[in-house]
Amino acid sequence: MRTIYKNFCVISILLVVAIFISACSGKEGEDTANDTNKINIRINNDPDFLDPHMAEASITFQMLLNIYDGLLIGDTDGSLKPSLAEDYRISDDGLTYTFTIREGVTFHNGEPLTVEDVQYSFDRLMGTTTGEPLSSDFDNIASLNTPDDKTFVITLQEPNSAFLTYLTALNSAIVPKSNDGKHNENPIGTGAFKFNSYSPENNLVLEKNENYWKEGLPYLDKVTFTFQPDDQTALLSLQAGEMDIVSVGSHRVSEVEEQFNLEYQDSNSVLLMGYNQERELFTDIRVRQAINYAVNKDDIIEAAFSGYATKLGSNMSPAMGDVFKEGMEDTYKQDVDKAKELLAEAGYADGFSTTISISSHAALYTNVAQVVVENLKEIGIHAEIEVVEWGVWLERIYQGRDYDMTIIDFTGVLSPYETINRYVSDADNNFFNFKNEEFDQLMSEVLVESNTDRQKEIYQRLQEILSEEAAAVYLADYQIIWALNPKLEGYKLYPYFFHDLAEVRYTE
Amino acid sequence: MAYFVRRIILLLVTVVLVSLITFAVFQIIPGDPIRIMLGPEADEARVETLEKQLGLDQPLPMQYVNWISGVFTGDLGDSIRFSRPVSELIADRLPVTLSLAFLSIAIVILIAISLGIYVAKRPNTLSDLVFSSVTQVGMAIPSFWLGMLLMLGLGMTFQFFSISGYVPWSESIIGALGSLLLPAITIAIPQIAISFRYIRNTILEQMQLDYVRTIRSKGITERVVMYKHVLRNAMIPILTVFGLIFAEVVAGTIIVEQVFGLPGFGSLLITSISYRDFPLVQGIVMYITIVVVIINFIIDILYAVLDPRIRLGRTGE
Amino acid sequence: MKRIRNYGKNINLIIGSLILFAVLIMMIVSFFYTPYDVNEMDIANKLQPPSLVHWFGTDEFGRDIFSRIMVGTQTAFFVGTVSVSIGLIFGVLIGGVSGYFGGWIDEIIMRIIDALMAFPGIILALMLVAVFGSGMVNTSIALGLMAIPGIARIARSGFLQSKDAEYVQAAKLMGQTPLRIMTKHILPNVISPIIVAASIAFAVAMLAEAGLSYLGLGVQPPDPSWGRMLKDSQGYLVSAPWYTYAPGIVITLMVLGFYLLSNAIRDISDPRSRK
Repeated sequence: MRTIYKNFCVISILLVVAIFISACSGKEGEDTANDTNKINIRINNDPDFLDPHMAEASITFQMLLNIYDGLLIGDTDGSLKPSLAEDYRISDDGLTYTFTIREGVTFHNGEPLTVEDVQYSFDRLMGTTTGEPLSSDFDNIASLNTPDDKTFVITLQEPNSAFLTYLTALNSAIVPKSNDGKHNENPIGTGAFKFNSYSPENNLVLEKNENYWKEGLPYLDKVTFTFQPDDQTALLSLQAGEMDIVSVGSHRVSEVEEQFNLEYQDSNSVLLMGYNQERELFTDIRVRQAINYAVNKDDIIEAAFSGYATKLGSNMSPAMGDVFKEGMEDTYKQDVDKAKELLAEAGYADGFSTTISISSHAALYTNVAQVVVENLKEIGIHAEIEVVEWGVWLERIYQGRDYDMTIIDFTGVLSPYETINRYVSDADNNFFNFKNEEFDQLMSEVLVESNTDRQKEIYQRLQEILSEEAAAVYLADYQIIWALNPKLEGYKLYPYFFHDLAEVRYTE
Repeated sequence: MAYFVRRIILLLVTVVLVSLITFAVFQIIPGDPIRIMLGPEADEARVETLEKQLGLDQPLPMQYVNWISGVFTGDLGDSIRFSRPVSELIADRLPVTLSLAFLSIAIVILIAISLGIYVAKRPNTLSDLVFSSVTQVGMAIPSFWLGMLLMLGLGMTFQFFSISGYVPWSESIIGALGSLLLPAITIAIPQIAISFRYIRNTILEQMQLDYVRTIRSKGITERVVMYKHVLRNAMIPILTVFGLIFAEVVAGTIIVEQVFGLPGFGSLLITSISYRDFPLVQGIVMYITIVVVIINFIIDILYAVLDPRIRLGRTGE
Repeated sequence: MKRIRNYGKNINLIIGSLILFAVLIMMIVSFFYTPYDVNEMDIANKLQPPSLVHWFGTDEFGRDIFSRIMVGTQTAFFVGTVSVSIGLIFGVLIGGVSGYFGGWIDEIIMRIIDALMAFPGIILALMLVAVFGSGMVNTSIALGLMAIPGIARIARSGFLQSKDAEYVQAAKLMGQTPLRIMTKHILPNVISPIIVAASIAFAVAMLAEAGLSYLGLGVQPPDPSWGRMLKDSQGYLVSAPWYTYAPGIVITLMVLGFYLLSNAIRDISDPRSRK
């Protein structure tokens, strides 16, 4: 037994020595890590799928867009640019889309990109051969044709002004036909990086695509996306030099601004508080407007985002470019008296009790809800916060529409049509139960409108309707703040979730 | 022999009950795994296709029957969220959680036994009081907070520690220690209080016994008395407490893995519950149950080996 | 070496009771008076360091942390008391029946309890919260259910040991009902380990609530809960450390109080450790 005790001492001394030795050696190891052109990026969660036709989460595409390309790509300003399609033509009737497929593109497995692969990718999404469609974006397609080996033709049943936005890798990544059945286990695309390994809840590793079709790119040899759900830990590992790109909570900016480069991405998201307009309380527009007048958006932005957010007035963010209708953010500037007046007119002079149901998966919702509760208290509305798991929120509130009020943010998509489609009376995802004839009418008009100026006009009017009708309380488009290793350059920001690493490199 | 057979039957009963309880919970709780995975913008066509492919369009009792009949053929099914076999996912994570658990236990043993002996030699002195109170405080701190504080205090000061993620032993032993030591300490600290106190009391109890007095009267040094006689006799109760601690340590890994971003099956379990990944939850819960029950089983056997009276007297408990 | 005999024995009791007494006083005061309204926001003054105006500083909404800590005692006692009561009532009932009657009833109950105890505590809590939902009342119920198996097992062993005792035999011969024997005769004799277990269950409930809060479940705002505050303060560990220390320290102290108390009760009631 004496020896056991002795062993304890020896072991503990050894441990301490090991710590110090490696404390010294650790430093050297770190310098070499930067030289070898590797990058480590923190991602909050695992991808839902690696198969781009199965995946849906924006967090997934943040990574996958480095592996896959689509016919088109959304540029940093939100406009659509050619990618695997060198160029395209739309017929005057808006029904026929003709794409010229880029030459000299190879997949990560060495096979050249052909029109058959493009056709296969769309067939797979539409479920043409399997009978199991993976997407409803392409229900409107009448036929797909490949007249020659570099031309791909899509014919629509009806004109659809939003159709082009479905042709990026987000909705229709081009995958090789030869990889059928293995897209999830062994993802193969044409992007700047190729898949190396995926370890669930640990990391996704990509490596350089030596034959990338953009000459000279990418610069980096290896990209590791590390899954780390805890924000605090992620920040510490950035500071410890373990990570190169981490999103930082707005309240942490002061801790990192000196050591790191910060990039502020307008996330093109819409954070809103919705109310169930099938519930009697909220059928009355005066009640909805009263709630709008009660809420102090500035306080919410300050409390939840330390000011790093843009106030919104309707369901679109300035990141949408010229379809965005400006100047509506203060339509319902906080005005307690007016709110009380409206409530009294609606017959609720003494206020009422209600519940705000939110999901537990992000602290954001509870933070916003707490401010809203205080705001509503001032006009006599007593709101309880009910926090449910994400799964319950989706099933009961979003799908089941069983709620009074809720707070949620929708991440940006490129298509203005998709952004506000959920307010159409019979849309599946109209969980607001919003109903407005003019809105429905204009939405079907804009879809077949080919004149872009007229489209803009209609989209702006649509945003006005949402604001006039107080379809929801539109709060903010918050910024995502990226802290980057200061040695990195070439990181670009997009109006959607995309870590574009093709042009990222280390300086010197 | 009958003792062992009974133990094994009990083990099986426990495991089946555990799986039934998990099943019952999943029967009640709302949430659809596919929608949770794909989020609010999920394409309806995709949801339907996936449900069909994964067999989720069947009612849960059917899924359970499919699952349990798979278990008898050694197939734990596929995870819904990761679309990989559950057994593969568990096997991937086993080294992480086991390393973490054993490292934590090693730390507990190291500190608790040394402290226990040290204090037992000086009962009711100031140092006894100080050590008891300090370890008690360690037990009272919420583990995620403790982990954060350690990370901030030690992790940021010494390059040796990696703040998050896991380095496999095969890659670098020092790297692995660096990634596991802080979480292991976080898990160990609350356990030290329990075992330290227990060891102290057991040794003190032994020292009061007649045989110690007899040996002492023979003029043998205190050292020999302590390490040769007292400790050996105190070993049995000490073993029990480590059996209890093992279950606590396994439970402790769950939140701590989450804090340190370690890909063990504790953190996997938490996410699989929130993702309603029924086969994965079943698989992991089953695994943890079996490990904990088996460890207790081993402790019982060691017990029986160390103290033959038990084999005769006890019929199992 | 100076010995602090006997005094050391009771120090657990003294410190433990002092802590809990202080927390209790704080709770009673908080019903009548807090320096600020707990939920009153002052976003312009968020994350202020401790000062004479705000003793413990302010949180990310500019709320007074000291007031929230004070009112947090109510939440802590509510969650603790409700969950321990549920644990005690059902635990003693189930454990008592199991130990007293023995046989197949005992066998069935013990198997279920074994199975429940095989779940790591936080996982059981997580699954129960998934069933009941989060919030103060639901969390308390979930944590109460979580405490049942542990208490039941301890109650069972007490009843098992006592059922053949002479006083029980005597009561049986006098024709008393099992219920009466169990409550009037056995329970008072086996109560101390149960009280120890309940005291520990209180501490465990508080830690579990903090753990659930870390995962975003548990008691929900605006109800001020220490676990929730601790979780919310994580983001300000470096920039506003006072925010995290206040709830962290009160949770630790209160849990410590219950642990010390449970040790003291065990020492007093268990003659073996009385040296």
